[in-house]
Amino acid sequence: MSAVLFFIAAIAVIAGAAGVVILRNPFYCVLALVTHLVALAVLFLLLRAEFVAAVQVVVYAGAVMVLYVFVVAYVGGESDSIGDRLKGGGPVASGLRLGGAILGGALAVELLIALLGTGLKAVDGYGAGYSPGNGGAGTYGTPAYIGQLLLTRFLLSFEIASFLLLIAAVGGVVLARRRGGLGEDEERRVITPLDLLRPLITGTTAEGVGSPHAPAPARAEHAHESPVEAGTGGRA
Amino acid sequence: MSIAWYLAVSAIVFSLGSVGVMTRRNPLVVLLCLELMLNGANLALIAFARMWGNGDGQILALVVMTVAACEVCIGLGMIVAIYRRHLPIDVDELRELQG
Repeated sequence: MSAVLFFIAAIAVIAGAAGVVILRNPFYCVLALVTHLVALAVLFLLLRAEFVAAVQVVVYAGAVMVLYVFVVAYVGGESDSIGDRLKGGGPVASGLRLGGAILGGALAVELLIALLGTGLKAVDGYGAGYSPGNGGAGTYGTPAYIGQLLLTRFLLSFEIASFLLLIAAVGGVVLARRRGGLGEDEERRVITPLDLLRPLITGTTAEGVGSPHAPAPARAEHAHESPVEAGTGGRA
Repeated sequence: MSIAWYLAVSAIVFSLGSVGVMTRRNPLVVLLCLELMLNGANLALIAFARMWGNGDGQILALVVMTVAACEVCIGLGMIVAIYRRHLPIDVDELRELQG
């Protein structure tokens, strides 16, 4: 039973990974990656890593992939032309793609030799002894087990990871923020030292109407603007 | 299934991700292929944790997921900033680090 489940999940994992590399539309690439992640969570479950499998589905396949879908939908438009250009890029581009595929194949062979040809006898086994406990902190792979490890033995790495998340969140806000001068609808009010010296209503309609709090307009442009504004203010 | 099968799957996924990083030009897809490589490493980590029977590999896999989330946050922020400046979304044409 577990062998059948393993082969189904492994084929889905590899097919999803190949789909990410092969498919041309980035939206389909993201969907292939979601397939890959869900199938990978099944493999994690077969390896008795229940909590990591749950985190994989909820956080990775859920939240992170939604972020990807949003950005693909936002950036979207130019992706097809890039794919077409990649397809018919001439001899140099196809040669580069072939070279990349050959390098990847060589890497796969090398990794397989390194992992499977190792002298470790335990690689060919089924893992250490596993006793189905009562789900408490002693049972391998449960949330209680992971939580106890995170808060005792790996507390420093836990804190460093949370600090890294904070830095990344701040960096994401700074990178994706709207900068001045990029769009036509952004008029940023520039604050000059003069703003501190003159009263707040200088240059506004209230000054032309002749608010009791306003001093007399001192400069020339306010002097010849004030009759028009006084007229509108008088009608209102 | 023995641990070796899981390691073989992780090696294949890692190699597929590296092929994608080398051949694709859209930075979004390059980021997706980086995720593939991290997932291959995660599968190897969890397989080795199962082999040893302790949870250290699983903790390290969780930390790798955190780092992947940070990388997605920064990478997608950069892609959005590139798109706002009307630069081409193509890693071959974004060769210079000019503002």
